[in-house]
Amino acid sequence: MTAMIDIADASKTFTMHLQGGIELPVVRGVTFQVPPGECVVLSGPSGAGKSSILKMIFGNYRCDSGRIGIRHRGDVMDLATAEPRQVLNVRRSTIGYVSQFLRAVPRVATIDVVAEPLIAGGMTRADAQARAGELLHRLNIPERLWQLPPATFSGGEQQRVNIARGFISDLPILLLDEPTASLDAANRAVVVALVAEKKRSGVAMVAIVHDDEIRHLIADRIVDVTSFAAAA
Amino acid sequence: MADQDLLETDQPLLIADRLSKSYGRIVACRDVSFALYPGEVLAIVGESGSGKSTLLQMLSGQLAASGGGVSYRMRDGVTRDLAALGEAERRLLFRTDWGFVHQDPAQGLRMAVSAGANVGERLMAVGWNHYGRIRESASDWLTRVEIDVARIDDAPRTYSGGMRQRLQIARNLVTGPRLVFMDEPTGGLDVSVQARLLDLLRNLVAELHLAVVIVTHDLAVARLLSHRVMVMKGGCVIETGLTDQVLDDPREPYTQLLVSSILPP
Repeated sequence: MTAMIDIADASKTFTMHLQGGIELPVVRGVTFQVPPGECVVLSGPSGAGKSSILKMIFGNYRCDSGRIGIRHRGDVMDLATAEPRQVLNVRRSTIGYVSQFLRAVPRVATIDVVAEPLIAGGMTRADAQARAGELLHRLNIPERLWQLPPATFSGGEQQRVNIARGFISDLPILLLDEPTASLDAANRAVVVALVAEKKRSGVAMVAIVHDDEIRHLIADRIVDVTSFAAAA
Repeated sequence: MADQDLLETDQPLLIADRLSKSYGRIVACRDVSFALYPGEVLAIVGESGSGKSTLLQMLSGQLAASGGGVSYRMRDGVTRDLAALGEAERRLLFRTDWGFVHQDPAQGLRMAVSAGANVGERLMAVGWNHYGRIRESASDWLTRVEIDVARIDDAPRTYSGGMRQRLQIARNLVTGPRLVFMDEPTGGLDVSVQARLLDLLRNLVAELHLAVVIVTHDLAVARLLSHRVMVMKGGCVIETGLTDQVLDDPREPYTQLLVSSILPP
């Protein structure tokens, strides 16, 4: 099996102790695979558990059962049972995550926010900044903003900074949570092109996209999350 | 940032093995075990009285444990039991390979001597004796923690709270430690000053590949700085894991209470 992501029978329930211990089942029996170069789009209404599945694949939410197999440096690692250090290593060299919102670090310039994953991977600051600049250009962030921290930017600009940061590394797995939500048509097209480039270089992707048009443009396969509905 | 060096194969730097402390019948800390690796930042969170400061004092060899022990991999690669170290060895460790950042900078600084001397003193303690080189290194560190070098001859009692805390950090880092203990390092500071200090700490920790044990009651500090978190309550570790996992998907009732008590920004 050469899948980059191999999820088998994964389930997740929240227990809300502050609300009298009620159990909130989210998903169960989650099973699908993503080979290199393919983009799987998760579909289903709000609350069906799409974001939860993405977070389980990233190791952000813990699984109650099942396995999240990730091909990492040639081996398969089960993130459902991995140690924190192993999860961090997987995130550093295998899985990237483009969240809906930029968690901005105060004081850090936009160009450095975008370049940081490459510098963390060992690239020189100058080279990393050059690549960051190219991506910011493509995503139509004017150069006069690059030295400013993104905290003061508009929602759409912040999201584009976030996308640049997410797409800059050469990680073999990319998770996309609503990457085009607050973008205009021109910038949505840029994201579609970036996804196509990632596919060509063999990156496995799982995405949540509400926009039907974008979904058709990027999805190789659609996984319907309602089939994993946990509620009885 | 040297984070890519966090390989799966490396050896722990600090190991706590069933650490316990009791005062008569009162148990301040019970059976705490963990391993800390080079470059790893571990946050210990919990309310006052949870045992987190007691734990930090035992880890840093300032308080004898009632049970269990702490071992540390020395610079020569040999892992030693801290309790078995001689007094001189322990002091040397404290002056070179370890740092300790107190909540109150007055506890970690000498308030009446100059900032330069505060930083230089740690170097002299490890045998530096060339005045020019010590001063050069002190100025370099003041710059790194964003203190104007023109203030090098002023005593920290003339500094603001934020500057004092940054000076304490410089004093700790000048000898190139591999492990730094921090006790509520942003505790007494204004919010704007806190953000600047956190940003500075975050960069220094990554750049110097420091291992850190940080005690804080502020979950935002834990989220920004740490890789892993341990939640303590009543002297026990009740939940532990990757920081974003524990904060975004808390399992224990007490952790859920802590997380839900954060005011939205």
